[in-house]
Amino acid sequence: MTRHDTTLTAQGDDDLLEIAGQKLTSRLFIGTAGYPSQGIMADAVRASGAEVVTVSIRRVSLQGHGSDTFQKLKGARFLPNTAGCETARDAIMTAELAREALDTTWIKVEVIGNRETLYPDVVELMVACRHLVDDGFTVLPYCNDDPVICERLADMGCAAVMPMGSLIGSGMGVANPANLELICRRSPVPVVVDAGIGTASDAVIAMELGAAACLINTAVAKADDPVRMAAAMRHAVAAGRLAHLAGRIPRRGRAEPSSPQLGLVGS
Amino acid sequence: MRLIVNGEPCERDARDVAALFAIEAEARALPTEGIAIALNGRVVRKPSWPETLLSEGDRIEIVRAMQGG
Repeated sequence: MTRHDTTLTAQGDDDLLEIAGQKLTSRLFIGTAGYPSQGIMADAVRASGAEVVTVSIRRVSLQGHGSDTFQKLKGARFLPNTAGCETARDAIMTAELAREALDTTWIKVEVIGNRETLYPDVVELMVACRHLVDDGFTVLPYCNDDPVICERLADMGCAAVMPMGSLIGSGMGVANPANLELICRRSPVPVVVDAGIGTASDAVIAMELGAAACLINTAVAKADDPVRMAAAMRHAVAAGRLAHLAGRIPRRGRAEPSSPQLGLVGS
Repeated sequence: MRLIVNGEPCERDARDVAALFAIEAEARALPTEGIAIALNGRVVRKPSWPETLLSEGDRIEIVRAMQGG
């Protein structure tokens, strides 16, 4: 982007997010669960500007589901997840079904180690990710905000790492900014902050710390006005990215006048 | 024959995966896109549905993309 361009956006031609060779138009990934209605969900996805949308893979029910998420979002880049899986085996099976159902090799690998905290089981996660990478999947693991785990996942060939900002659905924001900054600075693959974002400022912080993207669901779906919050997140992610690229001023413990100190009237 | 579809034991008059899907799709008003099927823990690619024969006691999973985070 040029210095004279007054309409800078985080999605300028030379600042596209690239995952596994795929250039993406938005640094916001959006989830599709928990909206008041499928119509509001579709409107929110549109307002978010997100290209990547997450979906889950579930058994068809005997009752049948009136709403068809797949049809509603046709044209989006689907990132199916393995949400709810507690073993590598189940996550692998879910990934294989997702690849067949959606004709995509992209998979958000989530292996939950504890139903109360929804914390990742990193041991099972590593097993699942290694298998899926070897099987040709484009693997994006939901993982702890642990620099070593993120490094191991990148080393084994994951296309991105998706450390938690804080607990899934908690809205606590980036619980450990120092860790996230460290992960972003060291990661050879894009870092997508997944889980915990509660409002726009949380997304800005994640992006300012160096995240390549944010994956947000609950903060949008459960907002009083999901469509408006989706738009807010779109701007927040772009603003945070721009601020990260622009480089913030150092923090100081004292005042620094911004206006000239010479030629004061009356002195 | 007796099959287990999505964890539920049932009786279906279907010789292959394609025939079973046709029955389930009608009963459950399923779309034809965004669907995947596994037979005894292995994904059966859609082009292979007609030639994949079912046997007594087979476990079939029929899944679809749904809302998710």
